[in-house]
Amino acid sequence: MTDLNGKDGFDRRKFLTGAAVAGVTPAIAQVSTPAQAQGAAPHHTPSALPPTMKTIAAETHPPEELSRIGGKPGSDFMLDVIKTLDIKYAPSNCASSFRALHESMINYGDNTAPEYISCMHEESGVGIAHGYFKVTGKPLITMVHGTVGLQHATMAIYNAYCDRVPLIIIGGNDLDAAARPPGVPTFHAAQDINAIVRDYTKWDDTPVSLQHYAQSMVRAYKIAMTPPYGPVAISLDAGLQQEPIHEHGAKLYIPRYVPSSPPQGDSNAVKEAARLLVAADSPVIVADRCARTANGVKLLVELAELLQCSVVDQGNRMNFPNTHYLSRPAGAVIAGADVIIGLELSDFWGTVNAYTDNGEHGVGVNNARIKPQTKLISINSVDLLTKSNYQDFQRFQTVDISMAADAETTLPSLIEAVKSAITADRASVIAARTDKAKKAHAEIRARDVQAATVGWDSSPISTARLCMEIYAQIKDLDWSLVSSAGDVSNWPARLWPIEKHHQWLGRSGGYGVGYGAPASVGAAMANRDLGRFSVSIQSDGDLMFAPGVLWTAAKHKIPLLSVMHNNRAWHQEVMHVQRLANFRNRPSNYGGDLGPVGTMIQNPDIEYHKLAESMGWWAKGPIKDPAQLGPALKEAVAVVKSGQPALLNVWTQPR
Amino acid sequence: MRYMGMITTVAAALLVSATGAFAASAEKGKIAFGKNGCWQCHGWEGQGGSTGPRLARTQLPVEALTAFVRNTNGPMPPYSEKLISDADLADIYAFVSAQPAPPDPKTIPLLAR
Repeated sequence: MTDLNGKDGFDRRKFLTGAAVAGVTPAIAQVSTPAQAQGAAPHHTPSALPPTMKTIAAETHPPEELSRIGGKPGSDFMLDVIKTLDIKYAPSNCASSFRALHESMINYGDNTAPEYISCMHEESGVGIAHGYFKVTGKPLITMVHGTVGLQHATMAIYNAYCDRVPLIIIGGNDLDAAARPPGVPTFHAAQDINAIVRDYTKWDDTPVSLQHYAQSMVRAYKIAMTPPYGPVAISLDAGLQQEPIHEHGAKLYIPRYVPSSPPQGDSNAVKEAARLLVAADSPVIVADRCARTANGVKLLVELAELLQCSVVDQGNRMNFPNTHYLSRPAGAVIAGADVIIGLELSDFWGTVNAYTDNGEHGVGVNNARIKPQTKLISINSVDLLTKSNYQDFQRFQTVDISMAADAETTLPSLIEAVKSAITADRASVIAARTDKAKKAHAEIRARDVQAATVGWDSSPISTARLCMEIYAQIKDLDWSLVSSAGDVSNWPARLWPIEKHHQWLGRSGGYGVGYGAPASVGAAMANRDLGRFSVSIQSDGDLMFAPGVLWTAAKHKIPLLSVMHNNRAWHQEVMHVQRLANFRNRPSNYGGDLGPVGTMIQNPDIEYHKLAESMGWWAKGPIKDPAQLGPALKEAVAVVKSGQPALLNVWTQPR
Repeated sequence: MRYMGMITTVAAALLVSATGAFAASAEKGKIAFGKNGCWQCHGWEGQGGSTGPRLARTQLPVEALTAFVRNTNGPMPPYSEKLISDADLADIYAFVSAQPAPPDPKTIPLLAR
């Protein structure tokens, strides 16, 4: 034996060359044999085309010596910049256009901060970053091929934009047409790759120098992380990544990131809002993406208790503990309110109006849910972020006080203003609300419990039973419900005690189906690092958009309990098509399935447990008998506690 | 026009139940409940959910249920006689009425907090 340096005098390169030449000779002889025999022997089709000389040489000769890069590669500096931003992971699907940054990340950067997370699909990479942020409050980067990779990623970016989630997308692109390598990079580069996501990102740039890149990267991070949060995109030229650093006399530097303070409500508007709230007899707080942090929940509780007013949590974040006696579903309080304050609502119009999709001639009917004299107050940072093309707002709702400001940041001053506005008279009126509020909360809870019993033992398993069987197994853990993409009649919010900010992470934002699976994996990765237990209620249709994310979870040892709400349909669309058939007074064509053609996922039924098993998960199913669900969950929880992902394929009722 | 339609339907339903023109069958009703898509919003046992109210062991009279199905102007889309016959509706009514009583929540430990 010898070492690779040939210390025993043995020349490895000459040895390999000699071996290759020896191997080539018989190969050439073999290739010539059939030609010589043509006409003499019966004709037969060869099983494969004979290799060309070029192929033979490529497969058997040692590669030629490459010229080595002189100095530090540009992509090493790019990574230096990323490292100053304390970004822990880079969930990505590999691509040639960012190969230099990829190589720098795993070798020069030792594959830590960021650590490369292998993804099967760019949509998964973005979805993982989406879920991760909602646990940690910290953005990730995801690298994509600037053309086809970014095209794959777009829906997930739109979800993040609508859900006010920051992340940094780096798209590799061979910008210089005169220097592009032949093949894919030349065919499939673009002038402006970010154009396809510009309508649903906060900002993007195409740096043309390393110093430009350093400034743009820090600027991108700062813009993404200033409320209202949102995704940003950087197009990264492949040449700039690969070439060595040419400083041209000016030393490269990395700008220091200093967070911007979020926008706060104008003091006069805050004072007027407080005056209205204190004077109201039935004030209601409605919160959607109000609590960006755990402190946001504390502040909202403080405000609600000061006013003894109902709080409706619309659920795009965990804003308010559902065990608090002031927590209410919208239907219980909106109609009777005389003042409503909306905190980071994505849809104020829908909060105070009803739309019934059942009018004459198939046109919906609008009805106000509130009294004409009800005063409306809005604090919403999204007023500062509006795009013309891809829209993220509902119908225009006139309000009496409108603050273009971050709600969580404004809450402390609003709380102080409310304290100042409460007179002795108002204090006694406010205090008198408490007993009634506690009674109403208890009654709603009792009604929900009663409703959960209907169909308790049915098969397919009721969504109430599904949720309560899950809760029974996780209630003593520090759990986090990372996603519930399928509608399970809102049972977790109705029956699980959700009191901590991380116990519910909200929904997709843009209703882009396919969010649940990758966002759950990203959130579970974050929870793993924090020692928490992650559970997702995973719908069937959502999983099948990019199921390869299951492999990512197994590959990177991300513990996640995924319990499937397998109703064997894209159920929302089942009802939509049925509705239209009824409007048009014609029977709906079920085509041998249980619902309208094109909306069902059955015949054949997908064996999700086998799919998960094939990608390294512990899995079991299909579970149709409710009595089998508890024991299976117990096993799955033990697996997840050991550090692995586990999936249960449960056949469920539609909603 | 809707109002007139409702009167006609209620009258028809009353006639059917008064004359006993057909005997409602819970077994047939279960099939009709599936093939007409009732399960989509109300669940396979009529237990209800976020998309439709509970129908299991409904306290509504059959006439009221029939009138609602024919003429709903709420979130539910209307079903004309062309889509569901009166006989099928009567069977569906029999099916949801025959659902077992739900257990007392006190007997379900998972529902205790």
